[in-house]
Amino acid sequence: MRVARPQLLLLGALLVIGLLAAFSNFYNPYLLDIAVSCGINVTLAVSLNLINGYTGQFSLGHAGFMGVGAYAAAVLTTLYGAPLLALAGGQAWLLFLVALLAGGLAAALAGLIVGVPSLRLRGDYLAIVTLGFGEIIRVVLQNIDAVGGPRGLIGIPGYANLAWAFGLAAICVYVVWAMVHSTYGRGFIAVADDELAAEAMGINATRYKITAFLVGAFFAGLAGGVYAHFKQYIAPQGFGFDRSIEIVVMVILGGMGNTPGVIAAAILLTVLGESLRSFGDYRMILYSLLIIVLMITRPQGLFRWNARARMRP
Amino acid sequence: MKHLRFSLVAVSLAGALCVAGCGKSGGGATIRVGEYASLTGKEATFGTSSHEGTLLAVDEVNAAGGVLGKKLELIYEDNRSTPGESATIAKKLINSDKVVALLGEVASGRSLEAAPIAQANHIPMISPSSTNPKVTETGDYIFRVCFTDPFQGKLLAEFAKDTLHAKKVAIFSDVAAPYSVGLAQYFREPFLADGGTVVSDQKYTGGDKDFKAQLTVIKNANPDAIMVPGYYTDVGLIVAQARQLGITVPMFGGDGWEAPELIQIAGADALKNTYYSTHFSPQSTDPRVQKFVMAYQAKYGGKVPDAMAALGYDSVMVLVDAMKHAGTTDEPALRDAIAMTKDFPGVTGSTTLDAKRDAAKPAVIITVKDGKFQYLETVAP
Amino acid sequence: MTELLQQLINGLSLGAIYALIALGYTMVYGVLRFINFAHSDVFMVGAFAGYFLARPLPTDSVFTGVLVLLGAMAICALLGVVIEKLAYRPLRGRSTLTVLITAIGVSLLLQNLGQRIFGANPRSFPALFPVHQFHAGGIVVSSAQIMVFAVALVLLFLLRHVVLHTRTGTAMRALSFNPVAASLVGVNNDRVISFTFALGSALAAAGGILYASNYPSIDPLMGTLPGMKAFVAAVLGGIGNIAGAAVGGLVLGLVETAVVALGGSTYRDAVAFAVLILILLLRPEGLLGRRIAEKA
Repeated sequence: MRVARPQLLLLGALLVIGLLAAFSNFYNPYLLDIAVSCGINVTLAVSLNLINGYTGQFSLGHAGFMGVGAYAAAVLTTLYGAPLLALAGGQAWLLFLVALLAGGLAAALAGLIVGVPSLRLRGDYLAIVTLGFGEIIRVVLQNIDAVGGPRGLIGIPGYANLAWAFGLAAICVYVVWAMVHSTYGRGFIAVADDELAAEAMGINATRYKITAFLVGAFFAGLAGGVYAHFKQYIAPQGFGFDRSIEIVVMVILGGMGNTPGVIAAAILLTVLGESLRSFGDYRMILYSLLIIVLMITRPQGLFRWNARARMRP
Repeated sequence: MKHLRFSLVAVSLAGALCVAGCGKSGGGATIRVGEYASLTGKEATFGTSSHEGTLLAVDEVNAAGGVLGKKLELIYEDNRSTPGESATIAKKLINSDKVVALLGEVASGRSLEAAPIAQANHIPMISPSSTNPKVTETGDYIFRVCFTDPFQGKLLAEFAKDTLHAKKVAIFSDVAAPYSVGLAQYFREPFLADGGTVVSDQKYTGGDKDFKAQLTVIKNANPDAIMVPGYYTDVGLIVAQARQLGITVPMFGGDGWEAPELIQIAGADALKNTYYSTHFSPQSTDPRVQKFVMAYQAKYGGKVPDAMAALGYDSVMVLVDAMKHAGTTDEPALRDAIAMTKDFPGVTGSTTLDAKRDAAKPAVIITVKDGKFQYLETVAP
Repeated sequence: MTELLQQLINGLSLGAIYALIALGYTMVYGVLRFINFAHSDVFMVGAFAGYFLARPLPTDSVFTGVLVLLGAMAICALLGVVIEKLAYRPLRGRSTLTVLITAIGVSLLLQNLGQRIFGANPRSFPALFPVHQFHAGGIVVSSAQIMVFAVALVLLFLLRHVVLHTRTGTAMRALSFNPVAASLVGVNNDRVISFTFALGSALAAAGGILYASNYPSIDPLMGTLPGMKAFVAAVLGGIGNIAGAAVGGLVLGLVETAVVALGGSTYRDAVAFAVLILILLLRPEGLLGRRIAEKA
């Protein structure tokens, strides 16, 4: 297959996104909100897919990385906003880019902290430990008074928009896809399939697992930064277990290790979540029933377009 | 390979989907009012109370013929006590449902989330019970019908000093609730300025069940009184456990204490020597209050309304009153009419909105005697 | 000194509650090798069952207490069997992660159904057993706390007896070693698994009733945090080890109380998770567990 095509596709996608975003002011803000949420969720789901789906590390604390990224980026633009903006020559987009990257790096660091101790754990234990880390991150954020603690951080400048959200999603999809489908990237799948065999083949499982956590957390952090600058208000409770589960369900629904499926699932669940709003109380009940039924009937996910049956049922 | 192409196309297409951006046109036959509340999740108990009061008010207004010749249509959404939802809901209500005003929320954090959106769209927002001063500071379209934490904190400081004769006070606040943190802060400042001392400053997280560790520390600090600026869901257990540990000094707090469940959870014995400030007392003999209590009980199966319900009710009534005065639901006429609310007879007291769009209202101090709430005194602003 | 002693009592009684809930987790995990996320919500259902059962009965009576306790345990045992049959049995043999996700789904379902049916408002739990405060030189112990110790101990020994000295218990142990071999020697796996769930859920219900007796405010979301902490307690003591659940619970209760007493009350929830991570890193088999070589 010709290597040039993926990059061209990415460029094309970015152009289309840029064009769409240019007319943002004409769209219904509510629908725009949903669209941006879709973009953010796609990034979150695809980045989690790298950890869960492709590398087989069951992480239930992904929202924690999102939170770290959100707070790191927001701190830069709110608490240090004025001097940094001056440094950036008044260019808000530049400040935002720097803030986002800082958030992503902070999240990647968190990913490292979570990933390293988790190396020896399997299955259930890994899941619980990552859940634990996610909750610890939440509690720590709740205790930092300088960023508002449990009251949350308000007044975050609204630098994010459709372009940023979808641009990030496109880049994330590209990076994850390119990583996994490279020769190096086969290692992720090998580790997921059978770690012992992979090691026997000379693959450093530790390195792959940590890389998965780092990259996954990095993008989750970026998504968090975009989220923070779109909603303009963040609070630690928004990055807890419930949020992590939402993202996990997107990955499961899409089919672990199935990037197009995960994207479709992320968009579907975001839109579904909105349209089910009118159901009020029943929304969450339906949601939990969906999880159960899905696991029993179609655990490989709804969107299995891959001929190669990837991942464990 | 084709998967990557598909993925990227899908991402771009999803972006294209939002081009269809026409909102539903507002129903001409009704006046649409939006409400966002926590109907599920951690703070559901407060959100549902507030919502029930709001619903009752809307029903009453419509039964009496509506406003400006049209019926009120309440469009409400649940924010699941989760950050991020209120902003989305506000956008939906304003842009898709085309509401003329927004009601919400109980929790200051969520009010702060939606307020900038209401302000930017020039849609008046009335918060029933957010007490953090920052909420109305967002802009001139944001109002509230309850008193603010600085007012309540100050009155509690005076109450502690003058009525309870407490020089040394311990504070036990809910670190997860902006209301609690704020009230503690606005109590501490005037109390210290007046010569009092805070001998112990303990924290808990809302939802905790076991407070014995912190209460033991408080007991050993030997305060004259303990201030617990939290919600009744936790206060009930706190007071009960404090009494179990042998703490006999007076305990007091703010309007978060207000609910019939408080007595059930803590037990009448434990609540001896406790006091709290609030907006409203169902025991009040004011005929307006009695009418409200009876209507609420009739609609909700005998349930006694709490302060959140009463404030939810008042938020609608103040809005409707303003609509009548303005004669229209257009902006800025409606906003101006709300801002000019003066001596409105609400069930939570005579409501006047001041220049900061906060309600300057008297508070009542309630105590518990023989297992029943008892009105002690009224404190004017 | 009295403060220290009082905090010790506080810690131990908190720990006893964790121990009680942990018993259920450890048992199900020991036999079936899976973390029943829904355990914490069965705990909640137990408390609500107790609430409704107690309505027509007089309070402050041992008779009421015992009746409600047994009633709630029976109801939850049934609930556990139903959940296993509908949600977990179809997934027999599938990857643990699938079952874990399903368990999370069941947990969410119970929570949200609870909020729908019971409403989100906390209800006050009635005093079932007579309540007294015992004072001794500045320290206070409540009869409810003593009750938790007593019931936890009784259930601990009962459970141990069942597992070690009855046929079903032997079947359970056989199943935990090797399900295939167990069925080959005549164990009816389905029945034993149902029984395990019934037993675990009954224990959860007992935990719920006693928890509610100590902290008389119940709401549909009450199970999440105690459940997670109890799970940590089970792991701490050695998951699958019954005495370990007790030890783990007590240790966790003490550690948590110590952290709070030292001023870190806002971090109390993080304590449990920090303990979990530490124990999994340093001694994954738990305090009382035996190191099993893990098949890579």
